[in-house]
Amino acid sequence: MKAIEARDVVLSFGETPALRGASVSVAPGEIVAIMGPSGSGKSTLLHCLAGILVPNAGEIHFDGRRIDTLSENQRSVLRRDHFGFVFQFGQLVPELTAEENVALPLLLGGIKRAAALAEARPWFERLGLAGLERRRSGELSGGQAQRVALARGLVARPGALFADEPTGALDSLTGEQVMDLLVSSARAQGTTVVLVTHEARVAAYADRQVIVRDGRVNALVHS
Amino acid sequence: MTLLGLLEREPSHGYDLKRDYDTFFSRGKPLPFGQVYSTLGRLARDGKIVIGEVEPGVGPERKRYVITERGATEVESWLTEPVEAEPNLQTVLFTKVVLALMLGRPAEEYLDIQRAAHLRRMKELTEIKRTSNLVDTMLADHGLFHLEADLHWIDTTVARLDALRAVVRG
Ligand SMILES: Nc1ncnc2c1ncn2[C@@H]1O[C@H](COP(=O)(O)OP(=O)(O)OP(=O)(O)O)[C@@H](O)[C@H]1O
Ligand SMILES: [Mg+2]
Repeated sequence: MKAIEARDVVLSFGETPALRGASVSVAPGEIVAIMGPSGSGKSTLLHCLAGILVPNAGEIHFDGRRIDTLSENQRSVLRRDHFGFVFQFGQLVPELTAEENVALPLLLGGIKRAAALAEARPWFERLGLAGLERRRSGELSGGQAQRVALARGLVARPGALFADEPTGALDSLTGEQVMDLLVSSARAQGTTVVLVTHEARVAAYADRQVIVRDGRVNALVHS
Repeated sequence: MTLLGLLEREPSHGYDLKRDYDTFFSRGKPLPFGQVYSTLGRLARDGKIVIGEVEPGVGPERKRYVITERGATEVESWLTEPVEAEPNLQTVLFTKVVLALMLGRPAEEYLDIQRAAHLRRMKELTEIKRTSNLVDTMLADHGLFHLEADLHWIDTTVARLDALRAVVRG
């Protein structure tokens, strides 16, 4: 049983090959960390799995459905309805309050404002952010902003959460708090997680680690 | 194990073994001749090496030592098995990598296996952190930071294997 799968994915940016036959699969509810050197193709692979980029060759499947052949529009609906995202930084909308940011995926999904905010609020308690609901992103520390981003990534109970260096801008203790919350929240609601990180201590929170090297995925050889 | 590994290259005199050991592994502390010969004596007693040929004359320098099947098997399994993922492994990992390169073995594969062993241990320690009290968390953290340092070393070494191979194979 697979929730997410890439099969022999090839993708080049002009002359630059980023993925050269990358294959990986993730079971439902599994938390997988993608590791590897800088420039090896981790982010590109994540973007392919999340239906943001379309590979030149190969296939991407989500919940048994092929997604790389969908139209731009269909993929955007898929992302909105089934995927959550957390990135390294610069992702909160500065004009919105923290709770509006968390509610955003629900609002975009057509839920009424009051209901969306009511869904967003418990996340502040859960992630240790109580009292910060009305702050704007400029008034939050990096760790707080990242927890708000995490709440936003999970609020719509997505089937899959995609995270690219979610702790990359944080010190190690704050980063570990974010990872701890990410893992426990994802487990609590059964969300499948694909996480890109080059830090082994962050990857150690995942159920499984894979390594991308030169655009290919090496499953770890466990002896 | 290091001397045994050096013998896996070719039958050698005690003197050559000491010289190569000092070049690559001694880090400024030359191996005393006495220790070379006592180690070789122990290896011979355990059937891991034999005295291949005795050249005319007397003294230990006349002897050439040859690795046996049993000795070669031991080198092979030592190289292939990952080291218990504990902090501060630099000496043994370093020895493994250099020996593997000298013997033309797949050093990168060994390092990949070691990386997997490290990550598995890091996962266990992280799980301990997620479920234990502060004291255990702090102990687990100490292990995690050291294992992480080892992993950095493994990654950097993998990136430099070709250059290192050129150095150790002369
Ligand atoms: N938008 C783009 N246009 C052109 N080339 C790109 C683009 N995005 C990535 N690349 C190239 O594709 C390759 C893989 O990049 P990618 O961002 O996937 O690496 P990464 O593993 O995420 O690296 P890092 O750890 O530094 O984030 C690199 O050579 C990179 O320069
Ligand atoms: Mg990247």
